[in-house]
Amino acid sequence: MIEIRNIYKSFEQKAVLKNISKVFNKGETNLIIGRSGSGKTVLLKAIVGLHEVDKGQILYDGRDFTSMSQKLRKKLRQEMGMVFQGGALFDSLTVEENVRFPLDMFSELTTAEKQKQVDFCLERVNISNANQLYPSEISGGMQKRVAIARAIVLNPKYLFCDEPNSGLDPETSMVIDELIHSITVDLQITTIINTHDMNSVMEIGDNILFISEGEMCWEGNRKEILHAENQKLQEFVFANKQYQRIRDDKIEENK
Amino acid sequence: MNILNQTGKYFALLLKVFSKPEKHSLYVRQTFNEIDNLGVKSFGIVAVISIFMGGITTLQVAYNLTNPLLPTYLIGLGNRDTLILEFSSTILALIMAGKIGSNITSEIGSMKVTEQIDSLEIMGVNSASYLILPKIIAVVMMFPLLYIFSVFFGLIGGMIVGPAVGAVTVTDYLNGVQYLFNPYYVTYSLIKCLVFGFLIASISAFFGYTVEGGAFDVGSASTRAVVNTNIMILIWDLILTQLLL
Ligand SMILES: Nc1ncnc2c1ncn2[C@@H]1O[C@H](COP(=O)(O)OP(=O)(O)O)[C@@H](O)[C@H]1O
Ligand SMILES: [Mg+2]
Repeated sequence: MIEIRNIYKSFEQKAVLKNISKVFNKGETNLIIGRSGSGKTVLLKAIVGLHEVDKGQILYDGRDFTSMSQKLRKKLRQEMGMVFQGGALFDSLTVEENVRFPLDMFSELTTAEKQKQVDFCLERVNISNANQLYPSEISGGMQKRVAIARAIVLNPKYLFCDEPNSGLDPETSMVIDELIHSITVDLQITTIINTHDMNSVMEIGDNILFISEGEMCWEGNRKEILHAENQKLQEFVFANKQYQRIRDDKIEENK
Repeated sequence: MNILNQTGKYFALLLKVFSKPEKHSLYVRQTFNEIDNLGVKSFGIVAVISIFMGGITTLQVAYNLTNPLLPTYLIGLGNRDTLILEFSSTILALIMAGKIGSNITSEIGSMKVTEQIDSLEIMGVNSASYLILPKIIAVVMMFPLLYIFSVFFGLIGGMIVGPAVGAVTVTDYLNGVQYLFNPYYVTYSLIKCLVFGFLIASISAFFGYTVEGGAFDVGSASTRAVVNTNIMILIWDLILTQLLL
């Protein structure tokens, strides 16, 4: 479980996050949604400490990350995995070396044990026969999957994904969403995902935080989102005609 | 003000670079990679540049040596001292700042803008140290070797060009190369090389590590890195020459 309390963050004079609080649950896919530029990436990077917050608290299962020393933070980071928007695979390393990298850096496993764990993770994300390829030689969808494999190789307690299906076709997006969701449930991870994709919201939105211009506007889950009264949320959700239709159909049904 | 700010950030980055590594074996592996990538792969271009530098210097010394009373072996001596004192250290450093330096800036810079550096940080790796320390060690170690290599090929360049234009015989040239040799000149230049190597690797890395934006910004950071490295090389050349000679 991750809890954030009254997070503020600004760059120079520009306030990007304004008083955001939320509890993200274990074993669930927690979503941060909002338009591009609303502050999702900054919030996610603030939660993991890549941006220092100006004010507020971040608690990892009760452990206060904001007041932690660098040394303890580094330790806690070994419990985190993160999938960046572009995948952020190391382009000088092969697929297999990318996934093995955290093990090489932090584990005392033997070569054979590492290999087993790497194979297990690559299998988990359905990658085979690509072990020796470089990131530039595989498709965007595969890069994302390799990034997920690398993020889970140290058995993290916390998983962060920044727009995991941006730039992917709808079908691949769904595969990635389902993958993240099943990993989250199977391994009982606290997962936080940034997205502006309504399909993802409806598929895996267990627990949703909607932000707009850096302010929290609404929270709930995928069942509630289509009926929410919030004006800004409605604009966001129903920017997609299809969801307008779904809503209108439902209203018809209920009559 | 901006210069002060940048300098402060540069030293802050160096502090991060020189902190304790997570796992020595990985750093050692990286260092060997960098020695190969930044050092060994530079020998070819250094050989070519040095042969030309040596050849041209020899021509110029010969051209200026119009007084027939002066012995022609001075051509060999002149080429030797020019190479040892300045060309194979400073001029080579300026050229290497372009080759190695822009390579370092663009590699680290593109890792920055594609979030690979964030990726290291989130794993709990000290990205500055992991990416930059092996490069600094590799360049500082390889630069003195490249220097010696360059002097050698510069002398060969002179030995080819001098006799070819009929300015000096090979025997006289080689006599000149050995005449009144002052080993301290080499020591002085080797010290310069260590400093230049450090400047090239650390300044280029700094410009790469602090890039914000996209591919375009990586390109302009590379340019700024080369310009700033060159200026620092010349300033330190002046300082060290005053101190050491
Ligand atoms: N490093 C930074 N410096 C200054 N402003 C930033 C920085 N990172 C993000 N911002 C600004 O913060 C706002 C939110 O950005 P971001 O979190 O990337 O949005 P998104 O919801 O699309 O992920 C944007 O207006 C962006 O310009
Ligand atoms: Mg974003």
